[in-house]
Amino acid sequence: MKAAAFTYHAPSSIAEAVALIATHGEEAKVLAGGQSLVPMLALRLARFDHLVDLNRIDELNTIEVIGDALVIGAMTRQSQVEKSDLVATSVPLLAQAVQKIGHFQIRNRGTIGGSIAHADPASELPAVALCLNATMELAGPQGSREVPAGDFFVSVWQTAAATDEILTRVRFPLAPPRSGAAIEEFALRTGDFAIAGAVSSITLTTDGLIADAAIAFMGMGATPLRASSAERALVGATPDEVDLTAIARIAVEDTEPSEDIHASADYRRKIATGLVERTLVQALKEASRG
Amino acid sequence: MDEIAVAIEVNGSSRRAHVESRLTLADFLREECGLTGTHLACEHGVCGACTVLLDGQAVRSCLIFAVQADGRQVTSVEGLTPEDGSLSPIQQAFWNNHGLQCGFCTPGFIVSVEALLRDNPNPTDDEIREGLSGNLCRCTGYQGIIKAVREAAGN
Repeated sequence: MKAAAFTYHAPSSIAEAVALIATHGEEAKVLAGGQSLVPMLALRLARFDHLVDLNRIDELNTIEVIGDALVIGAMTRQSQVEKSDLVATSVPLLAQAVQKIGHFQIRNRGTIGGSIAHADPASELPAVALCLNATMELAGPQGSREVPAGDFFVSVWQTAAATDEILTRVRFPLAPPRSGAAIEEFALRTGDFAIAGAVSSITLTTDGLIADAAIAFMGMGATPLRASSAERALVGATPDEVDLTAIARIAVEDTEPSEDIHASADYRRKIATGLVERTLVQALKEASRG
Repeated sequence: MDEIAVAIEVNGSSRRAHVESRLTLADFLREECGLTGTHLACEHGVCGACTVLLDGQAVRSCLIFAVQADGRQVTSVEGLTPEDGSLSPIQQAFWNNHGLQCGFCTPGFIVSVEALLRDNPNPTDDEIREGLSGNLCRCTGYQGIIKAVREAAGN
């Protein structure tokens, strides 16, 4: 249970980190909080000749509101986000979701960018990023570029980031007025990966109709998944008249859950149907409070 | 593989060594410092037996390389015990409440509970359970541990 030998690099700037990865190519891997990568190294499920540790890059540890977005540096710890008043008031869903990650010892080390770049389809932050239409900022040898969450998650543990690019910041749109959002997941034990989970966000018009709805699932396919048919069915509806149980059934039709030792595909669908309905009820309740 | 010089403040004293980059902080504490109170069970971040404080924050020392802790402060279970060899209030509460049987997981629990009660001195039962969820115990069934945390919190 020891990692294979590697050469350790601890750059102190994004530019230095990008240069190191450009030099070492596919033999290099970025080390963020290490709560997923280091177990894989220990189990020898992965091995790299070079690890580029981002933990000493202070410019990657930031939480700030810039324009209409909450911008979080990729190396910001999950526990920092969990305790941030700025996050709780500007993107409450993110604060809620972070509390569901692992255990407090994991969140003390795990990072926002690491979790999103790792792109585990059962984890919370990719689904939240997808639901809220977050934007990923990547830095590479050709400069920086932005990728919307909808294009970022490609498959299990695979993203649109090239091997020579680093995720530097994630921009979450600020929660608009008259909006509400919620996350629900089911796991066998606290801190385990969810067997299935759902995230919803709803915004109302000044007249109280549904102006915008976003639903994302975790653990229901190879990536986090949006439920666009159900979202379309919600837009324009009156909250009191909409049949959320029916909407939840439609939402789950957009998923492709797999079967494994923990649950059958059918069981995942049943659980996800209940969970997404709960998130919609909560999101609507919160949105109607203003 | 080249060895890297590190200087880590462990339980208040500076420890210097040349280490392989793949050496975990847990192995550094046990093998370089002779501090075998930090236990290793799963060695991949699941069980919590190796929990230590890194700059005051509870973390799994099997998921951090010693080179990453260079220049930082680490507190292991040995650093939580009074110098006269008596038990800390949390250790005493575990003793009083059968919070351990074989004791293998105990150092990780003690360190986690130290951080838990520092940040939340009066936890509810739900908060205690949530706070303990990152540490596995295969003997006690957890009830004694929960009682110990309640006693240590003065509840």
